[in-house]
Amino acid sequence: MGTFLEARKVGLPLMNLVRFKGLPILQQLHLEEELFRTSKENWCIVNDGTNDPTIVMGVSGKPAELLEIKPVLHDEIPVVRRFTGGGTVIVDQGTIFVTFICNQDAVPGLQPYPRPIMSWSSLIYDQWLRHQLTPVIDYVFGDRKFGGNAQSITKRRWLHHTSFLWDYEVRNMSYLKLPKRAPEYRLARQHSEFIWCLKDYLSRLTFIERTVNALGTHFSLKSVDSEANRDSSAVKFVPSTRLLTRQELEEAMSAADSKNSLAESISPY
Amino acid sequence: MALRMWASSTANALKLSSAASKTHFSPALFSLSRCFSSVLEGLKYASSHEWVKHEGAVATVGITDHAQDHLGEVVFVDLPEPGGQVSQGGGFGAVESVKATSDVLAPISGEIIEVNTKLSETPGLVNSSPYEDGWMIKIKPADPSELGKLLGPKEYTKFCEEEESH
Repeated sequence: MGTFLEARKVGLPLMNLVRFKGLPILQQLHLEEELFRTSKENWCIVNDGTNDPTIVMGVSGKPAELLEIKPVLHDEIPVVRRFTGGGTVIVDQGTIFVTFICNQDAVPGLQPYPRPIMSWSSLIYDQWLRHQLTPVIDYVFGDRKFGGNAQSITKRRWLHHTSFLWDYEVRNMSYLKLPKRAPEYRLARQHSEFIWCLKDYLSRLTFIERTVNALGTHFSLKSVDSEANRDSSAVKFVPSTRLLTRQELEEAMSAADSKNSLAESISPY
Repeated sequence: MALRMWASSTANALKLSSAASKTHFSPALFSLSRCFSSVLEGLKYASSHEWVKHEGAVATVGITDHAQDHLGEVVFVDLPEPGGQVSQGGGFGAVESVKATSDVLAPISGEIIEVNTKLSETPGLVNSSPYEDGWMIKIKPADPSELGKLLGPKEYTKFCEEEESH
């Protein structure tokens, strides 16, 4: 049986597996972006929680539209703009991150577009987690979201990363506004009525182990020392993912306040 | 096999939804491909699904109908400033759709002389008018012979069909 399994794995593409615990999300995203842009190998990055609560916006995110900037500034919550698309999340030690970075030919027949990549990635979790995939590409149980994801695609590579809600702090949700562009199934629900925690379903370790095992049916996984990758990330590559400055957030808030004041002053009501 | 079914069924779903929105295209101008997306005569195409229209000293670049159809609703377009240089096959910008950023690659090399600023306010032009109002950049070609390495309309149509059949 052992020989059969080993033989079966021989035909599978190789994927490097790197596991972190508590890596700051900015460092994780910098590593992901560098591996996506400069590596020619397949990677899976798992980060079991991040150290401090951090807001992470998508590439086109506008702070004034997505954040309650005043409390964010007051409480000094870091705000990161990442290189992938999608919406805004606030992540902390209750978040489990899983990222796939693949060459185009790693998955035979997979078209390099958002929905096919999302469908394939969902397979990994579908093998053991009875969830649904909504038309707008969220992971849900019923109508409650437990994982959000985003992607980046270039000619020969793609990246799909997911933040899973193992647990969350209710008070942290108050830093986020209800997004203008929200999926229909959300039905204008507040965060607390829209999201769902995995901790009521399984342990963190079980979630990670089952994900890795499922991935192992598609790739021949090779564990890579996370410390080695931390060291190698300090190279010449300049990521686009960055921390927004206090000044940028203050300017966004001022501009929004001015716009609101103008709207109020010309309103006939 | 299951993977092909998903990719195929997803592509089919996109084709069906995009077909309903194609009523504004004029049949006199477009050659319709069997892969459902429009391919214009007179343009050259890259295998990464960008088109280029070469008119003398200026080449206009955008993404094809096939690309916009598969990407989904474009909500953001990231374009460079005029004055920069692009190399054939190198990235010059990105589009965001369905929570994904997708690189847009230059089909030819040259200097960027103009950028479509309308796309910052109306990124959906890439979906509704990929060959006209949804153009992205204009380039002063560095080496017009690079156009010879690109695909003609028939070749590109065939390329799309082969991509769909995988």
